[in-house]
Amino acid sequence: MSGALGKDLLGLEYLTADQIRRILDTAEPFKEISERAIKKVPVLRGKTIVNLFFEASTRTRISFEFAEKRLSADTVNVAASGSSVTKGETLVDTARNLEAMRIDMVVMRHMSSGAAKFLADRIESSVINAGDGKHEHPTQGLLDLLTIRDHRPIEGTKVCIVGDVLHSRVARSNIWGLLKLGAEVAVCGPRSLLPLGIEELGVCCFRRVEEAIEWADVLNVLRLQLERMEAGYIPSLREYYRVFGVTVERLEKAPRDLLILHPGPMNRGVEIDSRVADGPHSVILGQVTNGVAVRMAVLYLLAGGNPDLAEAAKGGADR
Amino acid sequence: MLPTERQLLLDEGAIARTLDRMAQDILSQTPDPSRLVLIGVQRRGVELAARLARVLARTSGAEVPRGALDITLYRDDLEVVGPRPLVGETHLPVALEGHHAWIVDDVLFSGRTVRAALDELADFGRPARIGLAVLVDRGGRELPIQADVVGERVPTSPGDRVDVFVRELDGRDAVEVVRGGRAGS
Repeated sequence: MSGALGKDLLGLEYLTADQIRRILDTAEPFKEISERAIKKVPVLRGKTIVNLFFEASTRTRISFEFAEKRLSADTVNVAASGSSVTKGETLVDTARNLEAMRIDMVVMRHMSSGAAKFLADRIESSVINAGDGKHEHPTQGLLDLLTIRDHRPIEGTKVCIVGDVLHSRVARSNIWGLLKLGAEVAVCGPRSLLPLGIEELGVCCFRRVEEAIEWADVLNVLRLQLERMEAGYIPSLREYYRVFGVTVERLEKAPRDLLILHPGPMNRGVEIDSRVADGPHSVILGQVTNGVAVRMAVLYLLAGGNPDLAEAAKGGADR
Repeated sequence: MLPTERQLLLDEGAIARTLDRMAQDILSQTPDPSRLVLIGVQRRGVELAARLARVLARTSGAEVPRGALDITLYRDDLEVVGPRPLVGETHLPVALEGHHAWIVDDVLFSGRTVRAALDELADFGRPARIGLAVLVDRGGRELPIQADVVGERVPTSPGDRVDVFVRELDGRDAVEVVRGGRAGS
């Protein structure tokens, strides 16, 4: 399998700017398919895709499933709980067994960073990373890029990622994708939740969210996980909201067309004010809509045929 | 690569005259012109449909609804040719039910594009009738599909190519046949 992307989609770090643009350009016409009365095209008919989710997920899993079904692929969902994984089967054995049933692609979410690459190196099928530990969540990065691009050219746009950057695969995919497409990237959050040495990637750091809001064209507000407080990274959720919450009061100083992104699920009143989440700056539901289109584009591009046969087939093409 | 020979089949004037005649044929084969809709196949079919609509508007005085169809996702050869990075736009102006839909394309060859277009149209609705109008029929069918309205017929070999140029996309109007050479695209 080849196509424009190679066998797998593991992270935006491994794609070129041209490949990222190609995915985004391909996603554009796929948006329209979801607006049709019959939301289905036959392009992946006969392809079998397994959605292998070792971690809880609603949005991403359903978004992939819609994308697969709208391209007419056959899909199976495997959740770690209730599968043989709980009986001690290894990841590779699970995947090899699935492959023995002749599948074409695996969409995997896993709690370990690097799990997607580990799997991709060991099976023939295409692997799409739907989030691996703290490493990457490439389709989320791509849908964020598509959403920003719906409103403004990415090149030169100032994007600040706010919150728990340290534990966030969404932040990593965003940083790689944005930098490759020529955006300016910053991060903002408590010192304890920003990775050491992040400036070396060419990302600047804001200590105060007010400064970030003043600087940015786009804020990507990350979810603050409750476990972070229990682990002592922040004193309390209320204090976090007081210091780093993206509130209406703080946004009043923002440029009028500032975009607010959030990968979901949101903690209203922790990292984001409800009035902001539902307000005029928010493009959060647009992100969800774009997620389906971007995943359709990735599936379509990865499912392409053998390029060696392409030359031979041209004689049989129309014209 | 063998030497190739490029022949002009239709020049700008001939294309205009051919489209005038095709518009008349379309009209004469449409029982109720008020239910006519022209659907161009991306990309050059879309431009040709626009021109046919202009001719029809001139002769009948009525605006003809036009749509565009991109059949990329309905092709039967993704396995072989790989994905096309750019999928074009599909939009249909009206609900197709009860309409006489005409698929408009530049060149009819294997018939596989038309097969894909028929499948795609069926996912949008159920027109009362679907017709097929092509500027050039070059023979070489691989499916039992024929056009109702043909601008120009030209016999070709599988290795030949028929290039259609339209002003909107290519800066000039012409139909050229490229003989011999490599199996064409």
